Amino acid sequence: MNSPLHPHGHVTASDGQRLAVHTAGDPARPTLLLVHGYPDNASVWAALAADLAADHHVVAYDVRGAGRSTAPDDRSGYRMDQLARDVVTVADAVSPDAPVHLVGHDWGAIQSWHAVTEPAHAHRFASYTAVSGPNLDHAGHWLRRRPDGLRHVLRQSVRSGYIGFFHLPGVPEAAWLTGVGGLALSALERIGGGPHTPARRATRDYLNGLALYRANMLPRLTRPAERRTDVPVQVLAPTRDAFMVDQVQSNAARWVEDLRFHRFQGGHWTLRSRPAAVARRVRSLVAEIESGAPRPRRVRTAQQARRHGGAFTGQVAVVTGAGSGIGRSLCFELAERGARIVAVDVNGPAAERTAELSALLTPGAGAQRVDVTDAAAVAKLAEWVRDEYGVPDLVVNNAGIGVAGPFLDTTSEDWERVVDVNLWGVIHGCRAFAPMMVGAGGGGRIVNTASAASYLPSRVYGAYAATKAAVLMLSRSLRGELADSGVTVTAVCPGLIDTGIISNARLSGMGERSAAKDRLNRLYRLRGYTPEKAARRIADALDRDPEIIPVTGEAHAGLLLSRLSPGALRAAARLSPPV
Amino acid sequence: MSHTKVTGDTPPQAELDAFRELQQLAYRAASDVAATLEPGVTEREAARRVREHLEGHGVQDWFHTPFAWFGDRTAFRGFRVPLQFFPSRRRLEEGMPFILDCAPVRDGYVADIGYSGYLGENPLHDRLMDDLRAHRDLIVERVRAGDTLQSVYRAVDALIRDQGYDNRHQVYPGRVIAHQVGKVRSRLPRAVVAGFGVRSLQTLVGDLVVERMHHRSPLWADGDISAHPATPGMWAVEPHIGFRDIGVKFEEILVVTEDDAHWLDDDLPHVRRWDSRTRGGEPPAPAPPVSSPSPTTEVTR
Repeated sequence: MNSPLHPHGHVTASDGQRLAVHTAGDPARPTLLLVHGYPDNASVWAALAADLAADHHVVAYDVRGAGRSTAPDDRSGYRMDQLARDVVTVADAVSPDAPVHLVGHDWGAIQSWHAVTEPAHAHRFASYTAVSGPNLDHAGHWLRRRPDGLRHVLRQSVRSGYIGFFHLPGVPEAAWLTGVGGLALSALERIGGGPHTPARRATRDYLNGLALYRANMLPRLTRPAERRTDVPVQVLAPTRDAFMVDQVQSNAARWVEDLRFHRFQGGHWTLRSRPAAVARRVRSLVAEIESGAPRPRRVRTAQQARRHGGAFTGQVAVVTGAGSGIGRSLCFELAERGARIVAVDVNGPAAERTAELSALLTPGAGAQRVDVTDAAAVAKLAEWVRDEYGVPDLVVNNAGIGVAGPFLDTTSEDWERVVDVNLWGVIHGCRAFAPMMVGAGGGGRIVNTASAASYLPSRVYGAYAATKAAVLMLSRSLRGELADSGVTVTAVCPGLIDTGIISNARLSGMGERSAAKDRLNRLYRLRGYTPEKAARRIADALDRDPEIIPVTGEAHAGLLLSRLSPGALRAAARLSPPV
Repeated sequence: MSHTKVTGDTPPQAELDAFRELQQLAYRAASDVAATLEPGVTEREAARRVREHLEGHGVQDWFHTPFAWFGDRTAFRGFRVPLQFFPSRRRLEEGMPFILDCAPVRDGYVADIGYSGYLGENPLHDRLMDDLRAHRDLIVERVRAGDTLQSVYRAVDALIRDQGYDNRHQVYPGRVIAHQVGKVRSRLPRAVVAGFGVRSLQTLVGDLVVERMHHRSPLWADGDISAHPATPGMWAVEPHIGFRDIGVKFEEILVVTEDDAHWLDDDLPHVRRWDSRTRGGEPPAPAPPVSSPSPTTEVTR
């Protein structure tokens, strides 16, 4: 691709190094400052700049040692404080009067993180978009305190193995010069799919940049400082990044007042070949900040802030059936973890109530009264969400109703109602939201509430189980279908949760007999599994994007039995109801 | 023993005044101590301050010694055993909710109060406190209407659920939302065992036995034993609602007579707070504006 970036001359850094600057677009527009990573040079931005130059003043520069910039003689010239000063020097040169919107990738993101978390520099930045690069001090804290558990630290260690290699004297240089390193890199670049665009790199890009690792990694990771910022930051994490797990990046929520964490489909260098998802997020953040709209502050107790990383921070989550039960609790749980909630329910006031309380945890929640059985209404909802919030990161098709009773007593009205809500509601939700999530570049999650009844046959709830089994299989199939587009689909199978679903359930053939309901309600209460606990389990599990999330013990055991010993379940299906 | 008179007994006006005076004293102690709480103070220290404050005002004995709960302990998160109710070494931090709960005894009269507060500012805590008002109204209306205690309990539960909160009084021993109180008439020596005064306990246990014989209970919960209208007398009622890490409650005495019920006193901190927020032009119970990009609109047919 022909780069729209044109050489603009050089800027002299505070220590005398000359940094090559390239620009595109109308200088009267908001300035985007792009900082590339290793072993790249400013040409890595060609495709993204081509997209964004239409309505922005785009500036990229070659980091010291790379591209057409000069290289310091000594490793100390690559220290982080100097790299952050370079970012500010270029910003001052290209946009002396207005703060710039930073975009960093890989090592460029690491440097930019350092610049925005430096109190003396922060006022030069209107916003910051980090692609595949954490703040090294944040990462240092994350490795030591392991807030997301040891598992993720180990996963990250595997992905960071090359860093140790880069510290060996002479060996990485030899690898690059012999072409071995180039082959390995080329393989890594293909991870995440998408068209492969060969990078334009020079030998000096490979060699000089090694000093970035050698000068900064050890001191930053072993003696991390507290680095905070008020600059609005969005972190964009490719779903298949070869070098980074989500958590090491999303954990920044602890130190950043206004953090948004979004994923997009692709690998570490996808922005080079398929920049649309990144361009869309950058454009939207810049527009939001430039519009001067007030940025709401989150209210969290200190305990809540300590408890959660940022896996859902700044994401938009649409939840149906949000007026009660698991849906409502999931809204609160996700809001506490930083998500902006769109609470949807057929009961308007209940949805509003959920949104009100969610907004007290994370500002910006909204409510919609929608009947999920109405395809047109759900489609309209999806459009409204896209217009008001942007394409959602998370859609939870949770609305459902309970129907119990023997098949022979279930009326066709009961059947239609339960199929309409439990199955068609999910279908409408997936049909309305999946296309826009795929179109936006992926990285989103669709969660459908099925039930442990979907794999536990029983004479007690044939109609209900049939709809939920359909939801489970729909989710599993859709998961396969959307895998290539980076949207994951998960089915939740709760089990017995004390949500009040029984009070609202239709008991076919039993009229409105409340004695049976009373006994069932008591059973659910004695089971004592609260919707709050279920929501916590679901939110925790979403981290891994599993195919099925069984929530309670009986849901786990049932799933295991359905696979290991279906015969036992056949017998259990014949048991009379306990009511 | 006087236990035969537990039922059907509304204290005479002079006694009611004495109960009211002690309840005022206890609320004053809690609010005075609450004003002194600073970051770093422990629950034990806060409880000790309440205790000393009250003992300085003539309190000789306790139905239970003061409790103090900070942070998510206000919502009893993770409480498994009763020992966890006792004041801990948890330190108060900026932005933490707290509850002070004490039940002093003076000259045989008992008060049992709960005071919820927050260090710093928190709109969420304000919201919970605002929403607690509906429970105070609901309880007295339902009791007046002659509903059974069980059904009042369930109505409170339903309201909690509608509000989006969860019921935290179910964590109290016996899931009680209230318990009966009366003058302590015991000849036992004054002593406190496991936080509870033995004289008050003796009175309560005696009541339990007598009421059980009438298929009633001085403990108000959602079990079948509470399936009877409130017995005349006085009930210390403590609806306790929770949301995430925050729990709020009040506790005060409800006076039940043969054909009516009323709160012993309306001049209490939480009631004054509600009144001032209503008068101050703020909406009483209903919604503060949802910070939504656009107002709620209807999308369905």
